[in-house]
Amino acid sequence: MQATVVRAGGYVAVMVVAVLATAKAVDGGFAVHMAIVALAALIAAVATLRTADFAGTRVIDRSEYDDEPVRWGVIATTFWGVVGLLVGLTIALQLTFPALNLGLEWTSFGRLRPLHTSAVIFAFGGNALICTSFYVVQRTCRARLAFPTLARFVFWGYQLFIVLAATGYVMGITEAREYAEPEWYVDIWLTIVWVAYLAVFVGTLVRRREPHIYVANWFYLSFIITVAMLHLVNNLSMPVSWVGSKSYSAFAGVQDALTQWWYGHNAVGFFLTAGFLAMMYYFVPKQTERPVYSYRLSIIHFWSLIFLYIWAGPHHLHYTALPDWAQTLGMVFSVMLWMPSWGGMINGLMTLNGAWDKIRTDPIIRMMVMALAFYGMSTFEGPMMSIKSVNSLSHYTDWTIGHVHSGALGWNGMITFACMYYMTPRLWKRERLYSLRLINWHFWTATIGIVLYTASMWVAGIMQGLLWREYGADGYLVNSFAEVVAAMHPMYLIRAAGGLLYLSGALIFAFNIGMTIAGKIRDEKPMTETPYNPAADRPLLAQPAE
Amino acid sequence: MTKRVDEPTGTTTVGHEWDGIEELDTPLPRWWLIIFVACIVFAAGYVVVYPAIPMRHAATAGVFGWSSRGDLAAEVTAERTRKASTLAAIAALPIEALPAQPQLLRTAIEGGRAAFKVHCVQCHGSGAAGSIGYPNLNDDDWLWGGDLTSIEYTLTHGIRNPDHDETRQSQMPPFADVLQAAEIDQLVAHVRNISGQGKPSGAGAALFETNCSACHGTAGKGGREFGAPNLTDGIWLYGGDKAAVRVSIAKAHAGVMPRWNSRLDPVTIRMLAAYVHSLGGGEAPPAPVVAVAPEGKADVGA
Repeated sequence: MQATVVRAGGYVAVMVVAVLATAKAVDGGFAVHMAIVALAALIAAVATLRTADFAGTRVIDRSEYDDEPVRWGVIATTFWGVVGLLVGLTIALQLTFPALNLGLEWTSFGRLRPLHTSAVIFAFGGNALICTSFYVVQRTCRARLAFPTLARFVFWGYQLFIVLAATGYVMGITEAREYAEPEWYVDIWLTIVWVAYLAVFVGTLVRRREPHIYVANWFYLSFIITVAMLHLVNNLSMPVSWVGSKSYSAFAGVQDALTQWWYGHNAVGFFLTAGFLAMMYYFVPKQTERPVYSYRLSIIHFWSLIFLYIWAGPHHLHYTALPDWAQTLGMVFSVMLWMPSWGGMINGLMTLNGAWDKIRTDPIIRMMVMALAFYGMSTFEGPMMSIKSVNSLSHYTDWTIGHVHSGALGWNGMITFACMYYMTPRLWKRERLYSLRLINWHFWTATIGIVLYTASMWVAGIMQGLLWREYGADGYLVNSFAEVVAAMHPMYLIRAAGGLLYLSGALIFAFNIGMTIAGKIRDEKPMTETPYNPAADRPLLAQPAE
Repeated sequence: MTKRVDEPTGTTTVGHEWDGIEELDTPLPRWWLIIFVACIVFAAGYVVVYPAIPMRHAATAGVFGWSSRGDLAAEVTAERTRKASTLAAIAALPIEALPAQPQLLRTAIEGGRAAFKVHCVQCHGSGAAGSIGYPNLNDDDWLWGGDLTSIEYTLTHGIRNPDHDETRQSQMPPFADVLQAAEIDQLVAHVRNISGQGKPSGAGAALFETNCSACHGTAGKGGREFGAPNLTDGIWLYGGDKAAVRVSIAKAHAGVMPRWNSRLDPVTIRMLAAYVHSLGGGEAPPAPVVAVAPEGKADVGA
């Protein structure tokens, strides 16, 4: 009880500080943000007191996993996924029809673009990672979450981070560092949330009832630790005012650029690759009911992946002011990264040995296989694009955009949807999903959407690269930049159509998840399902591990 | 730790189990290992050949001493050398002599086309068709002259550059300070009428004669010595509807083009002039007509 009151008091103190900061703010954006923080602190204080167990009568059922934050995470993932894709479609249409910028700074491409990337990577992807990691770490450790209150703080704290980041972009508050746009005070907040996340995750690992740590948890842990390191270093900056939103980076010039791309590339490597491989390593064997293909491969590819990935960032700065030696190293580390990346694909796909027939009958497995196929394609394409002669054509073109989206839509999106489909009936104790046949619809709209997206961006990118570098017989450039932009129009139209299809799939997904949570079951011809044994889905109690 | 043989694959499990998940003891796929090692060997070789290892003062230079800056410098030098004689020939001739040398003219136009795409399209558009306030360069409606020499002069010295004495200079006064609103309306009617729009206005014609003809000419056909546009040809720099013409008369416009002699070398400017001249409206050198400029203050232009 004492602790509850202290905690509520802490939130009230935060609220008071935020209100003062609102009053003293030197810019409007900071004032709005501090008002949001004050409101969040007030809600947190009220919620803390209202849910407090003053009588001490509440009994926690320790025979079940602590899945409440996971359920919230599934809802948040679904919500932010739809929002992020909607903004993505909007900016794709803005590139096709510039009038859709509406002539307002808040809705201009420059502000909505980071809103899109952060919404899909950090809001959709981040929530998926946090909630699946809470789900997986409990089950593979056969233990409940350590620090349950802190786990709830991680969830809500992360949502506050998303709201501050998103509103900041629209108001024009940005550090202008790609994928690290939020300003200094939002960075500090994320650091606090992330340390809490690390504590919950490691605490649960420490409490495990299994002798070994499962491979999925290696990947989750490497993701949490590395993202913490990347975030801290890349966001080192000095605020102009302690009550203002603007800050300046601690680095300058090419050092700043390299720090940024060391961060940016490893955000892809550890957030979108290592973290999502962790999801794959649990949910693919669970859904297929097959053993993981190769334990040895998982060890070798895990260590080679995390060792090599961290050095590959300079390939984002080929042919820039970055010294040649750093470019060389960025390239060769990227080339060496090819097979370690593919190790995850092999271990995922080959886990289907003995269950390949289920691709025909189990739509969730079909989605997982498609995710792994796109993972394989984009992790081949990445090293290829890091080769300097390829990069001289592909860099600054839409090929890069296509590459990112074959990974993001194909790999991150598809594997996330599959995991959500797996978890939802189990988390809400439903007999099965509302509809397995709707997953088929989702699968095909999403797949066709990705194909339209990546194919149009390949064509657009190679076209841009070739048109930009085209010299006439007299040795002069043939095309102006604006002419190349105009030539992109049909490709941008196809890309937007692909985005629309992918968004439609996500809406089908959201509908299916919502109906499942509501407890509805669609009357339809049955498909293959992976049976669920609630009796085995419990923590091990009391007995020592060995 | 219960190892067992997995039936579908015939492989032994490692013996661990987490939430029902087991792992097989499959060796690393041979092809995977071979490609991984091959990539590492490639990387090692590449690091020897190209600049790679940072040392105390500089990085290792690589076997051939390749550098991206050196590479660029070599390419630029080679291209400069290749073009040097042609560019020197273009620089040596006065621009009006270019048409007599078709080969040289063609090269100059190509060079101008490339420079145009970099420096000019931002205002004049990639097809040189211009937009409101920025002249269309494809037609034969020239403000300051459309022969090679005049275009080269305009490009070199720019239009209305405050820091440059030789710049093309003129300033139409804002007539809202001089005339009544009703008078401006009459002028608008007249200006539209001489370009084939609307009804004639006798009062407007009189006002035009008094206030405008010094620069635009009695018939309104413009005057190139002041960059005063021809008002009778239906080509409008700032729009030809009533509202736009009223703004032009009442407030006056004074478009600016940078002088390019502070940014580009004389040969590039010459090539740009050849390109703009080639777009369709280029004129032959003018007959030696001497225009008498009126006294300073009445300088009026578009």
